[in-house]
Amino acid sequence: MPLTNDPRGPRGLPKVNPAMRGCIASAGPVTVPGTNENTGLMTVMLRRSILSGAGASALAASAAHAAGTKAWLSPNLPDGTRDIASMGSLPGKHPLIQLSDRPPNYETQIGVFRTAVTANEDFFVRYHLADIPTMADLGKWSLTIGGDAAEKPVTLKLADLKALPRVEIAAVCQCSGNRRGLSDPHVAGVEWGYGAMGGAVWGGPRLRDVLAKAGVKAGALEVWLDGADGPVLTTTPDFQKSLPMDKALADETIIALTMNGKPLPHMNGYPARVVVPGWTATYWMKHISNIQISSKPLENFWIKTAYRVPANMFPVEHPFASQNNATAWPITEMVVNSLIADPIAGARQKTHGFTVEGVAWDRGHGIKQVEISLDGGTSWRPATLGKDIGPFAFRTFSFHTGKLAAGDYVISSRATNNAGETQVEKLKFNPAGYHNNVPQRVAVTVA
Amino acid sequence: MFRIILFATLLAASQARAEDTVALKPGPELDTVTSTCGACHSLAYIRMNSTFLSPDGWKAEVTKMQKAFGGPFDDETAASIVKYLAANYAVTPKP
Repeated sequence: MPLTNDPRGPRGLPKVNPAMRGCIASAGPVTVPGTNENTGLMTVMLRRSILSGAGASALAASAAHAAGTKAWLSPNLPDGTRDIASMGSLPGKHPLIQLSDRPPNYETQIGVFRTAVTANEDFFVRYHLADIPTMADLGKWSLTIGGDAAEKPVTLKLADLKALPRVEIAAVCQCSGNRRGLSDPHVAGVEWGYGAMGGAVWGGPRLRDVLAKAGVKAGALEVWLDGADGPVLTTTPDFQKSLPMDKALADETIIALTMNGKPLPHMNGYPARVVVPGWTATYWMKHISNIQISSKPLENFWIKTAYRVPANMFPVEHPFASQNNATAWPITEMVVNSLIADPIAGARQKTHGFTVEGVAWDRGHGIKQVEISLDGGTSWRPATLGKDIGPFAFRTFSFHTGKLAAGDYVISSRATNNAGETQVEKLKFNPAGYHNNVPQRVAVTVA
Repeated sequence: MFRIILFATLLAASQARAEDTVALKPGPELDTVTSTCGACHSLAYIRMNSTFLSPDGWKAEVTKMQKAFGGPFDDETAASIVKYLAANYAVTPKP
């Protein structure tokens, strides 16, 4: 959709998107969990490649999975969410947890998160609005750059982006609303569990090199981002976001043309999406088709009203000053967090012990340590960290329990980053349910 | 223009109904809910957000859809939708 100063875009006849019909297939319940067989190519910045040894093993399917009791959903989600969630299928994807098919909102199964890189086929899908261009539409894709703080407007083709210096960066893409469904009390929205996130190695030109094609004037304040997707009705504000200039020009901010060495999947932003490492996925504009370099702050629902957190509630190193106000800031940098992928809640384990596995991440300082508790957070012991593939990436961890007495255990993980920030003990409640980094409580029985 | 938008909305809604397999509880306002809410999004959003919103919480959501998201429906329609959601998918407000 064209970016204009009118947040609702140009007025005209409402669009009813014919592409949606047949585009999203909804399958019935599937009780066999997807496996993460694709190890992907794990690479670090600047094309230095390392081989991935992780993720090759199939998931240990628990009895609970097989029983079809929706063990792949957190027990703390709203009842209605547990009712409506099903294993859904999208073209080119492994089974994902479907929360809605129009617009498509699918999360990754928790057991996948035992590797630093999430396979493209397992990667979550999230859209706000249901008019999504088809792959045929996107075959005609181009990127227009303009705005009052651009020297000259330009329109770039895919080949133009491919001709620019290419970098690769491993980074976590996490929906701002990930874990919203676990908020206590519950808050309205898409009731995500743990899986609205993924880690990938993103490849493409730096955003600053792309912006240089148009030229950035001295008065530039923000870069406004718009994708080729849009609303069903023209009366609905198109999804557009902005970045402050310092983040737009940062080393790590790129326009990704590849994801784990392959073209982006259709539903993850083909052919090009903005990648903003350290920041939540609301800024990672999919199908990026229009960029305005602006001397003014973007004014629309998506940045002025939605995606806000109470001022000063969460640590932010680089504030989005042009969008902050006295009471609320845009959500930007992620909080330090971790996830136990295995075992899952309700699992039965043996007394000879088992390995706790998962991932930890933060806003780019990198993970210093992960601790595991088997007694609901009373005592903690350090886990072993996996290979470091970059400060913005998932860091895997593992912890072997050793022999255990029969009984019930509550397993938690707690990550600390290199800035000394640790997951909070008590939820910092906020109206949109963002930044929930309270350690999980995974109840298992040892017998 | 408004009539055209409404027509297109209903057109979209009829397509949505044909696709949407999400069952909602019966009620006199169900057709209004299905055609109005279903014009833009799956009805799964309603069940997904249950049961924890109060009647006022649902009213705020419907107002958001009408005002912030530009849903082309009038206040009377909004009131019908809120009535349905409050009756079927809301928690009783705490005294």
